[in-house]
Amino acid sequence: MADVATAPPRAQHNWSIGWGDAGPFLALAALVAIGYLINPDFLSANNIANVVTRSAFIAIIAIGATFVISSGGLDLSVGSMAAFITGVMILFMNTVAPNVGTAAIPLGMAVALVTGIACGLLNGTIVTVGRIEPFIATLGTMGIFRALITYMTDGGTVAIDRSLRDAYRPVYFGDVLGVPIPILVSLAVAVVAAYVLYRTRYGRRCVAVGANEDVARYSGISVTRVRITAYVIQGACVAIAAICYVPRLGAATPTTGLLWELQVITAVVIGGTALRGGRGRVWGTVAGAVILEFIANLMVLSDFVSEYLVAAVQGVIIIIAMLIQRMSKR
Amino acid sequence: MLRNALIAAGVTTALLAAGPASAAEKKVIAVSIPAADHGWTAGVVYHANAAAKEINKAFPGIEVVVKTSPSASAQVSAIEDMSATRKMDALVILPHSSEELTTPVKTIKEKGTFITVVDRGLNDPHIQDLYVAGDNIAVGFNTAKFLVEKMGGKGNLVVLRGIPTVIDDERIKGFQDGIKGSDLKILDIQYANWNSDEAFKLMQDYLAKYPQIDAVWANDDDMLLGVLEAIKQSGRKDIKFALGGNGMKEIIEKVKAGDAMTPVETPYPPSMIKTAIYLTAAHFAGHAPVRGALKLDAPLITKDNAEEYYFPDSPF
Repeated sequence: MADVATAPPRAQHNWSIGWGDAGPFLALAALVAIGYLINPDFLSANNIANVVTRSAFIAIIAIGATFVISSGGLDLSVGSMAAFITGVMILFMNTVAPNVGTAAIPLGMAVALVTGIACGLLNGTIVTVGRIEPFIATLGTMGIFRALITYMTDGGTVAIDRSLRDAYRPVYFGDVLGVPIPILVSLAVAVVAAYVLYRTRYGRRCVAVGANEDVARYSGISVTRVRITAYVIQGACVAIAAICYVPRLGAATPTTGLLWELQVITAVVIGGTALRGGRGRVWGTVAGAVILEFIANLMVLSDFVSEYLVAAVQGVIIIIAMLIQRMSKR
Repeated sequence: MLRNALIAAGVTTALLAAGPASAAEKKVIAVSIPAADHGWTAGVVYHANAAAKEINKAFPGIEVVVKTSPSASAQVSAIEDMSATRKMDALVILPHSSEELTTPVKTIKEKGTFITVVDRGLNDPHIQDLYVAGDNIAVGFNTAKFLVEKMGGKGNLVVLRGIPTVIDDERIKGFQDGIKGSDLKILDIQYANWNSDEAFKLMQDYLAKYPQIDAVWANDDDMLLGVLEAIKQSGRKDIKFALGGNGMKEIIEKVKAGDAMTPVETPYPPSMIKTAIYLTAAHFAGHAPVRGALKLDAPLITKDNAEEYYFPDSPF
């Protein structure tokens, strides 16, 4: 059995960032410089901390999406899945809280993780065993997860029990040595993901499947298993994001996580991962997520964009960021 | 006139009595509303079902049927199916959109069905027999008047608006009219799509941008929840008022508790669907004239009258 794991990976990109991969970071640096020129408050410690913390959800989910996309798949269900996991987690914690007190929080986190992994497994199985195009399969589960959260909340809001609220709050609002916890969580997720994608046999197989499915299959790789695992990683990442999200507003609603899937895909692509598969960039994805949040922040901090045109200007900036990324590769 | 009515009623009764199943025949009131996809529509569904249950119990001669639809086209199909498959004496409808529903409702009206329109009007007001709505302009106006009075006519405001629609425009217009002539200044106004998360982010950005904010108005309570969380996190003390609108139960609870930052609320109550269903039932059960238009006020909800607008079992 031929094993790609023993063959040298296509590109020798280790953790050191070559110039070819610097694109998203150059775009980020340019954005920061422009932001400072527009409004010096942009670089205040408070603002930077707020914005980077906010970008953590999209960053964590997008790290998972980096696996799915680089293996040649796509997951449109992540936003609805985040809302669904949030709902399951809150309902579970509220149910057990009267008996176990604040121990409900770690239990709830475990339930969230299990739910996320199960959702990912479902997506992966439909795509591989069911042989349904990822776009359609996850469009289907996107509707399912969204309907389930709407059903669980009766279309309204499920809020976390008051007794848990204050104990759980620090997971979003707290910090360690001045660094907000969601940022630390996303860094940890990124470090693990970068190791898995760049340094393990699974990571190389993942990219190989995305580059050319047939060649990968002839090389003895179980394409089905690689793809399903990618969706499971995605599900786990969504669960981690949900765990950080719940303490922010302490509630799940049918509009939670709406359109996050588009932000996630945008972050992944800005980061340098090929949408067709075959190339994944974990740190680029993180930079992409931060870029998106910075753009939204700048729209509010600057005074010269009409509130009616914000979305258009955001679109233009995203395209420019992509062009910077593209040109830096030549 | 009365004689004629009596004769007509007598004739009708005679005609009904002549029909085979007429003795037990009930007046059917069909209620067509959007499916619950966010807080406010969830409230509409809750109150419509509550009204149906209460009226079916109180008036044996009336049957209220509630049907929810997730989109305008689904709503068109739903009312067409209902009118095709059963006798419909009245239709109470909260249209998804005015344009798409006008013609289908007109067709049903032509069959002699009593039409009650709620919240969003149809393009042709002649179709409706009864119109029940809230007052979006007053939602903005009354909030603005409260701020002008409490802040001594001066201060810096930031505003969060929803999704670009007539509802949003009317609320903003009412608010701008309300502060006209005072020295209250709107520093910034941006869309947050009636979404708590987006409002949280926007409020963080407002706080980073402006060192002195005296009051915040989010034109919907979902957004106000995000705003309050952002203010709490910042630890800023300059914000005296953070107000919303719509009548979400979490916010009414704050008003009831005498919260310093959110002491008042303006209603745009989803329970207006209940008002409409009861009035329509009165047309049949009470023989009371109800044709016309009813615009519900948006008075300030304060600690004193909060109970009237508080529905602890509603999802909204």
